[in-house]
Amino acid sequence: MKLLIIEDEPEMLENMSQTLEREHYIVETASDYKTALQKIAVYDYDCILLDITLPDGNGLELLKALKLSGKDDGVIIVSAKDSLDDRLDGLNLGADDYLPKPFHMAELHARVKAVLRRRHFEGNQYIHIGNVSVQPENRRVTVDNHEIVLNRKEYDILMYLITNKTRLVTKSALAEHVWGDHIDQSDSFDFIYSQIKNLRKKLEHATINIEAVYGVGYKLETD
Amino acid sequence: MKLLNHTSKYLAILLVPLISIWAFIFYYAMLDEIYDSLDDGLENQKVLLLERLPTNPEILEHNDLDLWSHAITPISKKQYEQFEDRNSDTLMYMLNERDFEPVRVYETKLAYNDNYYKVKFITSMVEEDDLIQDLVVYLIVLYASLMIAIVILNNLMLKKIWKPFHSLMRQLRDFRIEKNHHIKTIDTNIEEFKLLNTSITTLIDQSRARYLEQQHFIENASHELQTPLAISINKLELFLENTKLPADDIKTMASVLDNLGRLTRMNKSLLLLSKIENRQFVDEETIDFNSLTANIIGDFEDLASHKHIVLHLEEHSNLNFQMNKDLAVVLMTNLVKNAIIHGQRNNTVTIKIHEKSISISNFGVAEALNANLIFSRFKKISNDKKSTGLGLAIAKAISEKYGIGLEYRYSEEHIFKLTFF
Repeated sequence: MKLLIIEDEPEMLENMSQTLEREHYIVETASDYKTALQKIAVYDYDCILLDITLPDGNGLELLKALKLSGKDDGVIIVSAKDSLDDRLDGLNLGADDYLPKPFHMAELHARVKAVLRRRHFEGNQYIHIGNVSVQPENRRVTVDNHEIVLNRKEYDILMYLITNKTRLVTKSALAEHVWGDHIDQSDSFDFIYSQIKNLRKKLEHATINIEAVYGVGYKLETD
Repeated sequence: MKLLNHTSKYLAILLVPLISIWAFIFYYAMLDEIYDSLDDGLENQKVLLLERLPTNPEILEHNDLDLWSHAITPISKKQYEQFEDRNSDTLMYMLNERDFEPVRVYETKLAYNDNYYKVKFITSMVEEDDLIQDLVVYLIVLYASLMIAIVILNNLMLKKIWKPFHSLMRQLRDFRIEKNHHIKTIDTNIEEFKLLNTSITTLIDQSRARYLEQQHFIENASHELQTPLAISINKLELFLENTKLPADDIKTMASVLDNLGRLTRMNKSLLLLSKIENRQFVDEETIDFNSLTANIIGDFEDLASHKHIVLHLEEHSNLNFQMNKDLAVVLMTNLVKNAIIHGQRNNTVTIKIHEKSISISNFGVAEALNANLIFSRFKKISNDKKSTGLGLAIAKAISEKYGIGLEYRYSEEHIFKLTFF
């Protein structure tokens, strides 16, 4: 899998490429409009992470150029602006997703994986981990070929943890992903525990474990 | 009191002495003129008498004033030489009026054929008391008509002249700096109003520019904070991933991350608030508040049950309202979240939907909160560390944008009521 990160902030760029490289993606970077335009024209990428505000141009113009040349690289717009107009313009121009800064690394992985999955398998594919397999298309989960019924939140938690397997997922990242941005300001994120508890119960025959990490977050481990 | 009536009042007071003094001067000037003219007439009578004397010497026998309006009395030569002409006033009984009336007397002398005579001419005089009485009546009429004229003039003409001023005042009264109101000035050729118009236009343009600058400053500052926040959060997350740390260090890192998260949320809330105030949410659609509320309750179920709070929805009617969808979500979310966070454990949060209103009530501290402060920014009612103090301020800003009423009251429960007009 080949990714391109277009981002003018060097440290932001470094963070993103570091974490994505660990997933064994081939990560290329561009820190200005001109370089990005050249790379887009010459190479094909599975997913492009696109910052809208670049020193020498607008990321949305890059998106337009990409779509005009008939390429169907996946595009996730990453923006500090979080403006509704940018979001709508971006999605209308054919971007796959919009990720406002700041975001959790876990969220970045989830978004990138979702895009890659949609583009390469059109959703018709199973994710196998241990004896658990998940079919994202119809949100079916089986353990040893026995279907287990999960509610929306339990499924979302499981998918998020699978996407970020062996990585520590903080409670706030999990809460924001599953319960939505609006859940913020709650006095603590401990309320997610009841759903985790239910999920663990349903996964008792699975070879994967949701491990609590010092009250900070959770991590999915395989036996 | 209006400026218009104010000037009229002073004018009315000022006119009294003015007219009185004028009347005094006018009276004496007129009287003087009357005397002058009477004396001239009496002298003329003497000339006429002298002219007629050679042909009618019997005139010299006229000695009855009542009959001839002149009386001739012979005098000695010595008396004649000592006599000087004199004018004087006196009273005479008038038969027609049956009263003593003032008359003007002219006493002179004449010599005819070496005989010397004193001649007394009289003429009826103006009755001063009548004159004064008439003068007073006419002056009162003049005063009254002047006042009526002034009041009519004020109310018709001055009102027209002051029109630009009143139009400006009306607009200033309704002026809100956060709304993009333009003050329309009426063209006028009055120097003072021109000055007022340009001064106010300049003042408003400058204030509006400052206001927008400040608004955008908050927005820009929030934007600029996003990237360093993102870098810090991600660096810490990477560090947590990469490094095997002892439990205590992980907890410390998590606490730093938590606080950065709080900072992020506060920043996002500030950004949202300034975006609402900068009117950046333009798209509107009809929002079904029943299903929206049901969805939000679904989102908050876990949080509520964690606090052992039961969310109770009472739908008495369907409620649809035209507004921006994201803002509708934020509005309801913030109110429900507020009720849960400040709600009492093991109790209920009730959401009632009526035809034109939604009320969200929770049990909590057993006294009313300060309704004036509750919607202010950063006025935290609880000592909850993780609350940004912006949730209700945002709800208020959204409701104000759409003219939705948002009120707080306390009656056993803390009740927030949205009224849709």
